[in-house]
Amino acid sequence: MMASSYNAKEEDGHHSGAANHGGAGAVKSKKPDNTAFKQQRLPAWQPILTAGTVLPAFFVIGLIFIPIGIGLYVSSNNIKEFEIDYTGVDISSPCHTCAKNVSWNSTTPCLCSVHFTLKQPFESNVFMYYGLSNFYQNHRRYVKSRDDSQLNGDRSALMSPSKECEPYRTSEGQPIAPCGAIANSLFNDTLELYHIDSNGTRNTIPLVKKGIAWWTDKHVKFRNPGGNNNNLTLAFQGTSKPVNWRKPVYELDPLDDENNGFTNEDFIVWMRTAALPTFRKLYRIIQKKSSSTPTLPSGQYVLDINYNYPVLSFDGRKRMILSTISWMGGKNPFLGIAYITVGSICFFLGVVLLIIHHKYDTRNNSADIPN
Amino acid sequence: MTVLKDMPDKWFPLVLPLQRKKQKGLIGAKAKKSRTEEERRVRANDREYNEKFQYASNCIMTSKYNIITFLPVNLFEQFQEVANTYFLFLLILQLIPQISSLSWFTTIVPLALVLSITAVKDATDDYFRHKSDNQVNNRQSQVLIRGSIQNEKWMNVRVGDIIKLENNQFVAADLLLLSSTEPHGLCYIETAELDGETNMKVRQSVSVTSELGDPNNFASFDGEVVCEPPNNKLDRFCGTLYWRDKKYTLTNQNMLLRGCVLRNTEACYGLVIFAGPDTKLMQNSGRTKFKRTSIDRLMNTLVLWIFGFLVCMGVILAVGNAVWEREVGSLFQSYLPWDPPVDNFLFSAFLSFWSYVIILNTVVPISLYVSVEVIRLGHSYFINWDQHMFCSQCNTAAEARTTTLNEELGQVEYVFSDKTGTLTQNIMSFNKCSINGQTYGEGTDPLGPQQKRLDFTPFNPLADPDFCFYDDTLLESVKVGDSHTQEFFRLLSLCHTVMSEEKSEGELLYKAQSPDEGALVTAARNFGFVFRSRTPGTITTTEMGRTVTYTLLAILDFNNIRKRMSVIVRNPEGRIRLYCKGADTVLLERLNPCNQELMNITSDHLNEYAADGLRTLALAYRDLSEDDWESWSESHRCADKATNCREDRLAAAYEEIEQDMMLLGATAIEDKLQEGVPETIAVLSLANIKIWVLTGDKQETAVNIGYSCKMLTDDMTEVFIISGHTVQSVRQELRRARERMIELSRTRDGGKEEGMEGLGEACFMRYGFREGQQGDGTTGGGDGGKQLGCPPPPPPAPPPPSNLMDSISGEFALIINGHSLAHALEADMETEFVSTACACKAVICCRVTPLQKAQVVELIKKHKKAVTLAIGDGANDVSMIKSAHIGVGISGQEGIQAVLSSDYSFSQFRFLQRLLLVHGRWSYLRMCRFLCYFFYKNFAFTMVHFWFGFFCGFSAQTVYDQYFITLYNIVYTSLPVLAMGIFDQDVPDQRSLEYPKLYEPGQLNLLFNKREFFICIAQGIYTSVVLFFVPCAVLSDATQSTGVPLADYQTFSVTTATALVIVVSVQIALDTGFWTVINHVFVWGSLGCFFAIMIALHSQTLFRIFPNQFHFVGSAQSTLLQPVVWLTIALATAICIVPVLAFRFLKVDLKPQLSDTVRYTQLVRQKKRKPVSRSVAGAWRGAGSVSEGRLGARGGSRRSGYAFAHQEGFGELITSGKNMRLSSLALATFASRHSSSWIDTLRRKKYTHTPPSASGECSPAPSTLSGSVPPLSNSSSVLGGSQDTPIEEETGTATAHKSQTVLTSSAQTTPALASDSESATHQGSPQVPCAGALTTTAVRTNGGDSPGGWTITLSTVQEALFGWRARAAACNSPGSASFAKDNNQTE
Repeated sequence: MMASSYNAKEEDGHHSGAANHGGAGAVKSKKPDNTAFKQQRLPAWQPILTAGTVLPAFFVIGLIFIPIGIGLYVSSNNIKEFEIDYTGVDISSPCHTCAKNVSWNSTTPCLCSVHFTLKQPFESNVFMYYGLSNFYQNHRRYVKSRDDSQLNGDRSALMSPSKECEPYRTSEGQPIAPCGAIANSLFNDTLELYHIDSNGTRNTIPLVKKGIAWWTDKHVKFRNPGGNNNNLTLAFQGTSKPVNWRKPVYELDPLDDENNGFTNEDFIVWMRTAALPTFRKLYRIIQKKSSSTPTLPSGQYVLDINYNYPVLSFDGRKRMILSTISWMGGKNPFLGIAYITVGSICFFLGVVLLIIHHKYDTRNNSADIPN
Repeated sequence: MTVLKDMPDKWFPLVLPLQRKKQKGLIGAKAKKSRTEEERRVRANDREYNEKFQYASNCIMTSKYNIITFLPVNLFEQFQEVANTYFLFLLILQLIPQISSLSWFTTIVPLALVLSITAVKDATDDYFRHKSDNQVNNRQSQVLIRGSIQNEKWMNVRVGDIIKLENNQFVAADLLLLSSTEPHGLCYIETAELDGETNMKVRQSVSVTSELGDPNNFASFDGEVVCEPPNNKLDRFCGTLYWRDKKYTLTNQNMLLRGCVLRNTEACYGLVIFAGPDTKLMQNSGRTKFKRTSIDRLMNTLVLWIFGFLVCMGVILAVGNAVWEREVGSLFQSYLPWDPPVDNFLFSAFLSFWSYVIILNTVVPISLYVSVEVIRLGHSYFINWDQHMFCSQCNTAAEARTTTLNEELGQVEYVFSDKTGTLTQNIMSFNKCSINGQTYGEGTDPLGPQQKRLDFTPFNPLADPDFCFYDDTLLESVKVGDSHTQEFFRLLSLCHTVMSEEKSEGELLYKAQSPDEGALVTAARNFGFVFRSRTPGTITTTEMGRTVTYTLLAILDFNNIRKRMSVIVRNPEGRIRLYCKGADTVLLERLNPCNQELMNITSDHLNEYAADGLRTLALAYRDLSEDDWESWSESHRCADKATNCREDRLAAAYEEIEQDMMLLGATAIEDKLQEGVPETIAVLSLANIKIWVLTGDKQETAVNIGYSCKMLTDDMTEVFIISGHTVQSVRQELRRARERMIELSRTRDGGKEEGMEGLGEACFMRYGFREGQQGDGTTGGGDGGKQLGCPPPPPPAPPPPSNLMDSISGEFALIINGHSLAHALEADMETEFVSTACACKAVICCRVTPLQKAQVVELIKKHKKAVTLAIGDGANDVSMIKSAHIGVGISGQEGIQAVLSSDYSFSQFRFLQRLLLVHGRWSYLRMCRFLCYFFYKNFAFTMVHFWFGFFCGFSAQTVYDQYFITLYNIVYTSLPVLAMGIFDQDVPDQRSLEYPKLYEPGQLNLLFNKREFFICIAQGIYTSVVLFFVPCAVLSDATQSTGVPLADYQTFSVTTATALVIVVSVQIALDTGFWTVINHVFVWGSLGCFFAIMIALHSQTLFRIFPNQFHFVGSAQSTLLQPVVWLTIALATAICIVPVLAFRFLKVDLKPQLSDTVRYTQLVRQKKRKPVSRSVAGAWRGAGSVSEGRLGARGGSRRSGYAFAHQEGFGELITSGKNMRLSSLALATFASRHSSSWIDTLRRKKYTHTPPSASGECSPAPSTLSGSVPPLSNSSSVLGGSQDTPIEEETGTATAHKSQTVLTSSAQTTPALASDSESATHQGSPQVPCAGALTTTAVRTNGGDSPGGWTITLSTVQEALFGWRARAAACNSPGSASFAKDNNQTE
């Protein structure tokens, strides 16, 4: 492909021959430079896989991985996690009716309550998640169905959203804000948690709804059109709410201007699409109140659900998860086990190779080569 | 003494890649001839008439484009590359929104890059072609237009023009010689550029035109030539000249071909017959083919497989998509409706297929091709920069002229080499001599103190200053007037056919037909016996400062059968003396018996010389009385005038007087090999590379060089010579050789060496005998004969199966002649030839035409699937260089065409070992490692998408960011692997030369083949599995320390990408065996680059500017700050790398390759800090370079060096005075008297020799073998090859040969004599009385059948010689007694 013609020597090959005889001593030698690079003599480190290097490497890997694995496993086991499925597939489930009746078009909210018991108290901060299964947030058409310019507060994009948002780009002649399938399918169940104390009274557990989104998402990626101080209703004038939504984007959290419009954290969390069809998203945070009492003491709890989000049509599931976290995040037994396994295998391999090496070593350590 | 052949003016780039493409464009406005030309009619001086036929003009065009056509044509050509079209197709797919799973720029950026680089390269190439075309086309020549000579450019010369050529000019087109300034319309040409032969050839014009003489007469010349259409046969021309109502036959003798140089002729006139592309030179230059390496081809196959794989994956995923859309997607529509055109799951699946094709296309990344080119370019620069391949004498460095073939250099199995100028310097030097039992000239001992070169000038003002001789005792001996020494040099100054030219007093210039003779005469000149001038009847010399004129009574010319020449001179005192020089085998038996003692001593010396690889000649004289002379000259005259059997009668007459001679001594001439040739050949053959020599030279010369460069050795089991003239005989000879090989290797393997060999021998001979008797019988007959004739030991193996041939052990060599080769290359015999030749360690083809060279190469390419390399220096090697996988041109010796058409060029043959064993090996190794890694990394990268498909509804969602996909191959992973591909070394260069066996993996294609490829792919897929599922398992549950889940798409994407980059970096770190600074910079740099670019792309700044392009804002920071992510990456890396490490370790530990061992020992040595390693290497190299291994040479077989490049006929030319300038001719009358008779003699000789069986056939094989060619012309070369060579009857020769071997083997007691008598018998013919009775009878009985039966080719003699040697060796073994007995019984 790239036949060289970088040397045009041939062109004057016959001249140079003549010049050699004629020009007395003035002939430039074409001798290549004697540099380490050109002569391929660059100093180099030449690693070889020898028993002296490979076997210790295996042992070292083993020795590093096993303790890490144990540490991970232990800390993962210390994490408390509670999960409850409230989809209502089962007839016995309190949400069964809701699950059957709810659709995007229903205007009346459907409420249901799920009772559960925490056997152990949850210390420190507790994180409340909602989980969806069989929900393909990672589908190509789904993932691309958004307009980041619009979400970033760009006015022109607000009025004429990207084509990627089709078929959720316009509604009744008006541009949809926020456009696209992701926004359109915003998770809109509301969950409330009550602790039932020994008297049987329901104590509301305060759920913090801020601080659940990525900092960059909240402060960089998502911005309301026309800056923060403006009237959101005005800013979104001329746009239409997403088809499935019950209220427009500027009414997502009417109580808090900071958490309204595109910068609504629930919205932001939803817009960060999941990698796998089964996923969980952070819903609320239960702050630890005092060091003496656990955040969630063991006992009876009630989860009140405002059931709006239909998942049965595609055989989806909805869950509520409560979890504490440690230094390495949530409960994750896989990582610890995997580390222990890999570490052990390395160690074992090291031993096996050592035996093989000693038994079948064909190489004599002399400087002779059997030729 | 050195006789340097005339250096032609540097020959302009005439033979350039001749593209036989349509003559489109501006210049070739002429339409292509629709019909093929059947005959050519050319009328002199009549352009209008000739234009009717639309013959090609003399303009050659090798360029491909002009400014306007460049862009479209080049693009069209580039898109003929499958890869480019494929990427264009992908690009189009990406423009469809429903399909596009990636942005268009991921494809167009690399594609544009590749296209533009290639276009620039093509443009520069073509620019240089334009330049050289112009140069050639604009050369001036003198054309006769309307009666006057005018200067015209070459390109304007037309068919039918009459051109005037002057001395030392290149012939512009194929010309019919009309007349010359020399008498009789003779002119001399040098054809080195055409066929590589350096001796001059004579051409003669038809007598009627030679009389015309000057331009005025030519203006009215209107002869018409009717001849054959353009063809590529250099040695053949058939045509008729019609002029003034008479017909004259034209042959090749009348033609001057383009590419020749006019020498020794003031001027000549010629009629253009073929011009430009029709010339024989251009017809012979073959087509330029785009050379691809085997790795390239393998790569293309693999790429096709990968496409197949890609389609399979696409189909699987599309099916998955169909199922998913039906089962899940259709229900999920409330959240995610189908795109408008999609209305059912099948259509969705169809689109998804194309989407996946786009995503997964990175398994065949376009950067593969670019990277491969870059690596090759790097290797080419290393070749150009290599100081070890720089020749300081000619100030030329090695040059890689194409950059596409480097790794193929590491896989070469066959090397085809030219001889002259490639293996040899074509310089003859008078090296040693033996005078009266005293040997002189021991100056070549490299270990001894450097002897001073003798300075002849004070002693002899006429001495040639270039002559080198180191032994001053010889000079002393001359000075003190030792009669033997003086006689010795007197002989050398008298007995030759050299012509001298003395421009001014003392400035002598010898024009020797063969450089051997020149060397001898120059030696005599320096030792005080200066040959000054000659006339047809006298020779004038200056002997020790005294001018003496001898009367030349007769020249008993050389021919291949006689292998000697003599002169009979009368000195001023009136004494008549015959001086003879010739092959020792021939000469020693014609000595006076009183020479016995001297002969023995001289014979020892001759053996010594032969062992040194020198060409020897024995010198003798005989005093003749006036009566002797009278009576002999009478019989000679009688023989000369004889009309029938003149040749034989002359030979008999010569034989009669060349008897009873007194031995003077012997000379030894060194045909100087290029520096380091034997070592190079030794190293290459250790590396399992087979070397074939293809030469236009004669068989003896070729064989001789074969010995001196250690290709042929005396301990070879057997050397076979194929020199048959008919299809059958060649077939028989081949079969015999094969059977012999099988026999010998069986006996060898059987362990019963001696006895078996003896038996086999006997059987072989008998079998040969039988077959000889059967003559040209059916081919199957031989087998039957064998079965009958051979009792137990060698079971019959009728057509030797190829597997048998493969397993042949033992050292064999094959020598085949050009005319036999012509038969062997025919379709039905080529497999036989290949299987025979390939079982031999060394193959020498002599007398081959340029086209045959190419055919041989093609043959091996076709049948062996091996990588071939052709190396040569002359224009005659061009076709071979072009057709071999790799062509190497030796620069700086002869012209420049070989270099121009070559792929690599350097100035010394010995650089070949470095080119192959160091650069080639490294290139191959690097390329293989590169490819393995490259496929691995792309599979690891791409297959992740496949696995992800199962989790994202088969929607063709990518795992990674689109920028990562764009940059992965171009930026993140390209440089480390490029650095490895360019700089990696497994063992240092001196080690590869030390252990040539290291070269073998390349030949066996072990480092990168389909198996290796699958291993790489498997490893890549494994890595992709790990890279997908480990993050998948870890992240699905994991959360940040802030409680935010990590399972979002962007975090997953960043984690996987980071893990991928780290894993492939670790892998390249494992693969890299040679960590230079550059590797470190690239590996660490790439990693750094990855993080830097990722963080930049995920930064807020970029997002603020293009919010729609950079979705991943903040992902890098938030992801990479998580300890879980790093733990995941570490885990994935460990899982990917640990098994690889374990396997590699096991492989190195349990089954180390030679390179591993060498590497390991080096490490051990370094650790022990032994300086020994250096000195060992040094010693080895030192040993190699010790004077071509001469010191250790044992007594070698003697090879007579008589005038190897010599042709007969010159003697006659001299005595007739033909070739002497009128000015230098004393007796002008002498010439005219004899002139016509000489030509007639030639004619007569020609026709008397055509056997009746030759029928009217116009072209029997271009048979030009020495002995069989009737001694008619000094042009019995490839070029001037006679069309009327008698077709020889194999019967006679074969039988004679066989019986001969029997004879000689029984006469083993006096080997030297035996061989002598053997040759005597071979000159054979019934009239030699001394021939053994057996032989004569044998010859007679069989010879009776065929008219030409007694003609025994020289090659047969040679064959017998070799056969004898091999047998003699066998006889020396313990079993020889029984063997001899056996022979007797057979007889």
